[in-house]
Amino acid sequence: MHDVLANFINLDAITIVYLFGVGFVGGLVSGFIGSGGAFVLTPGMMSLGVPGLVAVASNMCHKFPKALVGAIKRAKYGQVDVKLGIVLGVSAEAGVLYGAHIQEKIKLAFGDAGSNLYVSVAFVVILATVGGFVLRDAWKTYKDGNSNAVEKTGKLAKWVQSINIPGTMVYFKSINARVSMLFTIPLGFATGMLAATIAVGGFIGVPAMIYVLGAPSLMASATELVIAFVMGVGGSLKYAMHGLVDVRLAMIILGGSLFGIQLGAIGTTYVKPFMIKVVMGVIMVIVLFSRGLMVPVYLAQLGLIGKLSDGTVTLLKTTSFGIMIFALLLGAFIVLRAMWQGRQAERLQQASGALEHGEV
Amino acid sequence: MAQSTTRKKPVGKLIVMGIISIALYSTLLLKQDLVNSTFARGGMYALLPIITAFVFSYFHGSFTGHFWSMLSS
Repeated sequence: MHDVLANFINLDAITIVYLFGVGFVGGLVSGFIGSGGAFVLTPGMMSLGVPGLVAVASNMCHKFPKALVGAIKRAKYGQVDVKLGIVLGVSAEAGVLYGAHIQEKIKLAFGDAGSNLYVSVAFVVILATVGGFVLRDAWKTYKDGNSNAVEKTGKLAKWVQSINIPGTMVYFKSINARVSMLFTIPLGFATGMLAATIAVGGFIGVPAMIYVLGAPSLMASATELVIAFVMGVGGSLKYAMHGLVDVRLAMIILGGSLFGIQLGAIGTTYVKPFMIKVVMGVIMVIVLFSRGLMVPVYLAQLGLIGKLSDGTVTLLKTTSFGIMIFALLLGAFIVLRAMWQGRQAERLQQASGALEHGEV
Repeated sequence: MAQSTTRKKPVGKLIVMGIISIALYSTLLLKQDLVNSTFARGGMYALLPIITAFVFSYFHGSFTGHFWSMLSS
């Protein structure tokens, strides 16, 4: 226990403000797209001297209450499908356990560098395919001038909804159709596995709900908060049982992120649904480059390529972290800008309405 | 009149929740040594950080919610 306590850092005013700020930006993005932020928070805490496992555990412990508050807020706007969230969340929990198990195996076999390489490659491959797809879809909607139109169910989702496997069918209100659990279980599992690997399960969960199950993007991003909550409670309890949660860090980040998540949730009511895809796709593609930069570092550590100089390693690490922060800030900027424009448009509409019905 | 359609601002609730939030955070930071040594014991003590997270999210979450509705109304 004393060893664990030695892992808890001293907090000063600057550290508190820093954690609060990072929490706010992370929360803002999470409130809008259902996830994100975590991948900057964990390295952010580690840069303060917090050991990796304590950073992961404390991040998890701030994530589930944040997701809960965000989910309640968005449920008030009618955007949450609780049933879908819980069904996916439970299978995601299994995915988290399996993902953590794989991580341990890789670490045992190939050491820290091997496990880091696995995480980075997972980042690059998944973000390139899913992120590219999400961004392309958002771009198509924008270019076709359909950004105001109701979202159409894609071909894949239509096919999934058409499959009838007796005994496994469940009705989900967000999809407004019956879908077989044989589709939802692997999707939840993959979300959990990704959460255990790169800390952001939503990068699979949200696109899966949109493109595979056929949920509208607003509902998918809101429902992801329920999944994050279910996964987060289980994960936090597991880490807390080993005394790894630094509750001070978790609560300070939560302090900032509860401001952010409420604002992000409000933001969804001012923007067109395709903006969710834009923000998500943009963040995913930028983070992809950030992790991609680290691949040579780990390859060199494993001896698979020639040794890199210390200067190169530092440069790659700093650039990678910088790009990640940039991705999150850009996401937050797009959310705030879209919200501001939506609000202005609404005010203009109200003003012209008031003029029409005014003193005539 | 335009003002009559504006919703009532939740000032009272905002202040109450804000005070409780500040009290919670002050206690956490002033008693951090005690909190760390108790919460990190593991086992059944694992419930303490979870309960703390729920309590903080309820009070601070209500506070931030009222905060934004004050600003946007």
